[in-house]
Amino acid sequence: MNSTNPLPPKERMRIPRQRMPEQPPAERRANFAEVNLGLDAALARQEALRCLHCKSHHCFTGCPVGVKIKDFVELVLRGDYLAAAAKIREDNVLPAITGRVCPQEDQCEGQCILGKHGEPLAIGYLERFVADYERRVGQVGLPPNAPPTGKRVAIIGSGPAGLSAAGDLVQRGHQVTVLEALHELGGVLIYGIPEFRLPKHIVHEEIENLRRMGVEFRTNVVVGRTVTVDELLGSEGYHAVFIATGAGLPVFLNIPGEHLCGVYSANEFLTRVNLMKANEFPAWDEPIYDCRGKAVAVIGGGNTAMDAVRTALRLGAATATIVYRRSEVEMPARAEEIKHAREEGVQFLTLANPVEFLGDARGWLTGIRCQRMALGEPDASGRRRPQPVAGSEFEIPAQVAIVAVGNRGNPLVQSTTPDLKTNPLGYIEADPQSLKTSKRGVFAGGDIVTGGATVILAMGAGRRAAQAIDQYLRTGEW
Amino acid sequence: MFPIVEARWLAPDVKWFRLRAPLIARKQQPGQFVIVRVHERGERIPLTIAGADAETITLIVQGVGKTTKLLNTLEAGQAVLDVVGPLGRPSEIRRYGTAVVIGGGVGTAIAYPTARALKQAGNRVLAILGGRTRALVILEPEMRAFCDAVYVTTDDGSYGEKGLVTDRLRQLVAGPERPDFVLAIGPIPMMRAVAEVTRPYGIKTMVSLNPIMVDGTGMCGGCRVVVGGKTFFACVDGPEFDAHQVDFQILAARNAMYREAEQRALAEFLAQHPHPPDQCRLTQAHPELLRPLAPAP
Repeated sequence: MNSTNPLPPKERMRIPRQRMPEQPPAERRANFAEVNLGLDAALARQEALRCLHCKSHHCFTGCPVGVKIKDFVELVLRGDYLAAAAKIREDNVLPAITGRVCPQEDQCEGQCILGKHGEPLAIGYLERFVADYERRVGQVGLPPNAPPTGKRVAIIGSGPAGLSAAGDLVQRGHQVTVLEALHELGGVLIYGIPEFRLPKHIVHEEIENLRRMGVEFRTNVVVGRTVTVDELLGSEGYHAVFIATGAGLPVFLNIPGEHLCGVYSANEFLTRVNLMKANEFPAWDEPIYDCRGKAVAVIGGGNTAMDAVRTALRLGAATATIVYRRSEVEMPARAEEIKHAREEGVQFLTLANPVEFLGDARGWLTGIRCQRMALGEPDASGRRRPQPVAGSEFEIPAQVAIVAVGNRGNPLVQSTTPDLKTNPLGYIEADPQSLKTSKRGVFAGGDIVTGGATVILAMGAGRRAAQAIDQYLRTGEW
Repeated sequence: MFPIVEARWLAPDVKWFRLRAPLIARKQQPGQFVIVRVHERGERIPLTIAGADAETITLIVQGVGKTTKLLNTLEAGQAVLDVVGPLGRPSEIRRYGTAVVIGGGVGTAIAYPTARALKQAGNRVLAILGGRTRALVILEPEMRAFCDAVYVTTDDGSYGEKGLVTDRLRQLVAGPERPDFVLAIGPIPMMRAVAEVTRPYGIKTMVSLNPIMVDGTGMCGGCRVVVGGKTFFACVDGPEFDAHQVDFQILAARNAMYREAEQRALAEFLAQHPHPPDQCRLTQAHPELLRPLAPAP
């Protein structure tokens, strides 16, 4: 696609990266409404003008699902926002979601040439802009489906990996059923990511789009309990199964006092608020610890930790503190989440590691004993390994502690599918390209294979799985 | 939606439901549970499956909080919004010899399918059914139908022996046919007391735990219990555990975590439902009206 940008490259580079309009920190820390408000058409055009339209387009290679970024940005420039959205949808069925939650700095924007001398093109902002435009005008450009193949695929889990595979498979003419254990669809997009970062109505709309494309959804089905993988491939009549159950088994610290009232896994804390709307108790039935005026500590430095600590603030916490064993540089959270958290008043206690949760006689949390850490040599992840400093223990007050140090593979599917190979951490073994497991007809992808990662990486796995499943269904070759 | 095929009162505040849930009915085994959500803004609560046929499952619900009381307002022809399961590990059914099954109040409903399975596995099964008062002793005829003996205790002596289930259990363990296995399901203090009765004798004793749950699939970890000094998730590792290893104090403390919120929700519910069916004065005056009319499956 040719560029219609009227500006010579030098002038394009003079335009500053447009700022995302957002709710002021003092206001937003007291509500659950979305923090980022989105670009308007003028800002979007101004931003799109910055694109150098480079031949090499590294942005494209940085995208796990291969969105044709240069082309969609050009369509923004032309003012054809619906065509821009349709261009994204060719490779990404959930643009309104990824535009909000992708770690762009590590992917497309991290590769952008503009970033070498200044700030990279705000690709995520533009993606969100066109996806929101498309939703607002109600003309979602759903791609057409191929003629029916008569093949049936069961997808286990309705999170990002499952949804993205469902979209691709239904387009290729297969009959797709998505099975979800919870009462609501969306997986981590619903129970994990808070409303203020990803409004739930957007997830609902994206799922509705998939439904319109022909995907069938069934809630309240726990594969491994309600039905097994063998039954899906046998009596239930599916020709292939894609396991996309995510890494839904919270890791605890295994330190004394973890059973005290007030200690949560991030999964539980966020599920109570995001899925069960405990922040609206008693209008909604599910309760949550009354955080008003309390000291809340969140252990961990990833996106989930940031989500939990900012949720605690919005529930009225007097103090909300991130306790992280490395330094801020090593934090795996998106840069924007850390920035937003700090603006909202989150405190950061870095190079500190909990060693004991302290409680009162009734069994309620009162504080956390921590120890100081120092950074040693880099470990397998390339980040410097934290090591305890002898004799450095200290206590911090906390009535609520939220453990956000990661997840492992939930064993429900694997434990009831004997011929499915898993690794020692409980994740399913699957070929990185074809996502084939050790069991014929069964594919697996997303966090249940890689361990806790990101929405977009799970979506990328869903796409690769869809391609491999399609090939398997057409050829019968394993 | 899961249609209610049949519903009737078993005791004050205790209702018996048969729900159409074919997938769960075909899979469920004694000791497993479902998670239920009653309305669009409802919480998720675990309820143990009390029985099943090809298409339906039986739930026996004690109205203690808002959700259970709301559930108990439903009648045949209506439906439960969400039911998911069967969850948890099934009871371990073995041929132990003599098995004592203890049900405290509505705990009898949970113990009932396991008791029957134990009988079918060739055990001699003795049941001890306890309740605060006569009306709260449930499923006695159903238990009598297959148990080798059924003992009833009431706190107030209004029916059976006056006393606690542990009074009768003490006699059994000290008597000529010492049990080889005990299953106790009921309030936490009862289960803890049973564990202390059997501990000195080294009798294998299992209890079914009822911690607070959200998803029921191991995802949230809210239902963690301490057993033998180690942490387990009751939803996937349980709900049955070795009674002699369970830390009941932690379980009781964690179950009290939302007490204030629960009381508030209940008060608001009762204010909106001043005369729920389970508070009918006629049945309160004549609890015999609530005794089962036909045998439960």
